[in-house]
Amino acid sequence: MFDSLSERLGGIFERLRGRGALTEIDVRAAMREVRVALLEADVALPVVKDFIENATQRAIGAEVIKSVTPGQQVVKIVNDCLVELLGGDDEPAPLKIAVTPPAVIMMVGLQGSGKTTSTAKLASWLATRERKKTLMASLDVARPAAQEQLRVLGEQLEIATLPIIAGQTPVQIAERARQAARLQGFDVVLLDTAGRLGVDEALMAEMAAIASATNPDEILLVVDSLTGQDAVNVASAFKERVALTGVILTRMDGDARGGAALSMRSVTGAPIRFAGTGEKLDALELFDARRVAGRILGMGDIVGLVEKAAANFEAEQAEKMAEKLAKGQFDMDDLRMQLGQMKKMGGLSGLAAMMPGMGAAKKAMDSGAIAPKLLDRMEAIILSMTPKERAKPEILTAKRKIRIANGSGTTVQDVNKVLKMHQEMANAMKRLKKMGGMKGMMKMLAGMGGMPGGPEGGAPGGEGPGGAIDLGAVGRMFGRPGMGSLPPGFNKFGRK
Amino acid sequence: MSWMARLKQGLAKSTKRLADNITGLATGTQPLDEARLDEIEDALIAADLGPAVAGRIRARLATQKFTSYADDGDIRAVVADEVEKVLTPVALPLELTHRPHVVLVVGVNGSGKTTTIAKLASQWQAGGKSVMLAAGDTFRAAAIAQLKIWAERVGVPIVAGDQGGDAASLAFDAVKRAMDEGIDVLIIDTAGRLQNKAGLMDELAKMKRVIGKLDPSAPHDVLLVLDATTGQNALSQIEVFGQVAGVTGLVMTKLDGSARGGMLVAAAEKFGLPIHAIGVGEGMDDLQPFDAGEFARALAGVEG
Repeated sequence: MFDSLSERLGGIFERLRGRGALTEIDVRAAMREVRVALLEADVALPVVKDFIENATQRAIGAEVIKSVTPGQQVVKIVNDCLVELLGGDDEPAPLKIAVTPPAVIMMVGLQGSGKTTSTAKLASWLATRERKKTLMASLDVARPAAQEQLRVLGEQLEIATLPIIAGQTPVQIAERARQAARLQGFDVVLLDTAGRLGVDEALMAEMAAIASATNPDEILLVVDSLTGQDAVNVASAFKERVALTGVILTRMDGDARGGAALSMRSVTGAPIRFAGTGEKLDALELFDARRVAGRILGMGDIVGLVEKAAANFEAEQAEKMAEKLAKGQFDMDDLRMQLGQMKKMGGLSGLAAMMPGMGAAKKAMDSGAIAPKLLDRMEAIILSMTPKERAKPEILTAKRKIRIANGSGTTVQDVNKVLKMHQEMANAMKRLKKMGGMKGMMKMLAGMGGMPGGPEGGAPGGEGPGGAIDLGAVGRMFGRPGMGSLPPGFNKFGRK
Repeated sequence: MSWMARLKQGLAKSTKRLADNITGLATGTQPLDEARLDEIEDALIAADLGPAVAGRIRARLATQKFTSYADDGDIRAVVADEVEKVLTPVALPLELTHRPHVVLVVGVNGSGKTTTIAKLASQWQAGGKSVMLAAGDTFRAAAIAQLKIWAERVGVPIVAGDQGGDAASLAFDAVKRAMDEGIDVLIIDTAGRLQNKAGLMDELAKMKRVIGKLDPSAPHDVLLVLDATTGQNALSQIEVFGQVAGVTGLVMTKLDGSARGGMLVAAAEKFGLPIHAIGVGEGMDDLQPFDAGEFARALAGVEG
């Protein structure tokens, strides 16, 4: 979700890493780039200024000079600052719903920020995860059919909604909702308010009136992650009128750089609680500051990846692989084993999300450009081969290929693509044979970088530095044309 | 209140901020030093103009003759001037050239498509055109109901199906009906979608193809509705919707908030797509033709 920022910062730190010692000039140069990157990512200007000041102060001086790897040190400092800005390592206190029922949660935000959808998602989350009996009420009497929309969503989710009575004011509806919740034994009542503009005094006053009439336990500000520099104004306008207790960022599944995420916390002081990640009504995730900061930096969850991979990769297989690699062999069974590993690690999409700079691939997968079932189909193709064919793919004739295609429910073209991918990987393996076992495996995974960005892309796998698993081949195989180009410097990743 | 007054009022906060940021930067006797230029550039970026345009204006300020004598008015004027230069070529009204003139309205969720459609319908109808709406947002709960209410208020016919129905076939029916009934303008609503969702974007492409089956020249206009609070992501929206749906023009909504819509400047520079109208309020008359000069002056806080 923050790919573009990752790309940019990734490039900057790439340059930093290449140097020996870090001077103040280096730090300042890097920070200038960070600053533009953050601004382009729609992080609000005052927030950027604070951030840069903070990070620069921390980066210049003893910490860096004494550090063994200055580049990493700066990465760490910027990362730490980002994590802090996004809410720190600490889990935010849970939603205040364990009060004398009904707990009142009021949703506020601009028009079109996604309040109604977020209300429904939150209600569903409360009902399923927290096992709370939840009631939703729409106080939006301004937008045509807004109350109807919430009612329909409630029906879909099997969450109760307050019956609509025409002609009531929002405050009256809110009071009726609380009343109904108390009488009917609901644990939580969610109040979906009308969208309003920060400059609309009448509606802002109405919002404050609803808040003082119902005394909500939580007031959540719903903010569109596509928001630009205006995010600061929005946050302060709402903060001035009601006591915000949290933020929900919507449309985090879009391709926005998401600078709003950075701005929100620092302006409102309230924790970012949830991220809306899709159209579906269960697409609501707890906001994870650490992970998001990691992605922003483009360093991915490289640590997490290593750990996850290590836990999954059985030592025995590693040994076998190392032996084969040492001999420069890599057959179809090895390819299948790798695919299996990838699946265990959460499939292509999960894996790609963890890889620094793999945002483009992740994006392509999320958007459906690369089918998530891809690994299964590739596996099916390999499993449709005889053991002999798997060991020596070069014996595959046209006739055999047709048989394999029929057996696996694919086409000969698909079979050819798997073979090509295997060939490319085998070539890469040969280059990697000095690095056996686990280390080699990690390099290989890191080398997934060979993926070209689009249909016209296509650094042939042979050139992909250490490009073991050529995702480009994967993408070309069943996918449609790629969805945007890969970040610069991505190909460099496997080189170290 | 005139629409210009409303725009100004809407932009007042931003104008004030931009103006505040500029005010005090120039003392009138000192040349603009790097730090001051930086601050001006920041002020422009904070208005969502985007780093590229901000950089250009900064460069211009650095080389202008008033380098040694620049007061606030000068700086505002040059900002307005530069912004206007970028915007003038794209300030084009939406013209009805066919009958029925088919307008497809696209955009991300919550950008204000449905409300914009209502306003367009109301204005065209007031201008003596027969207007028909098509409720092509078959995804969002109550979207059809919302457009029906608008159609009723405005007093125009509407073609609507059921929620979850096929948007493309609905669009086809609507175009057919508009042709049969000799309607002047058909405005087709679509479901909001994020531009990085390939499946949904394909659906949009299909809608466009299907419309073209009845009248190869249709849709005659594809309007992308942009929310003024959106930041630089608007550029990505224009690019992708442009590729998939062949966007022919832009409409910007919600300029009456605190948002400045400065990314229109960045968008104009990058894509050069016509900006047909901007929305500055809830009322039916609050969707107005886009005027580059007025917008630029309002953005930069130039008096008069």
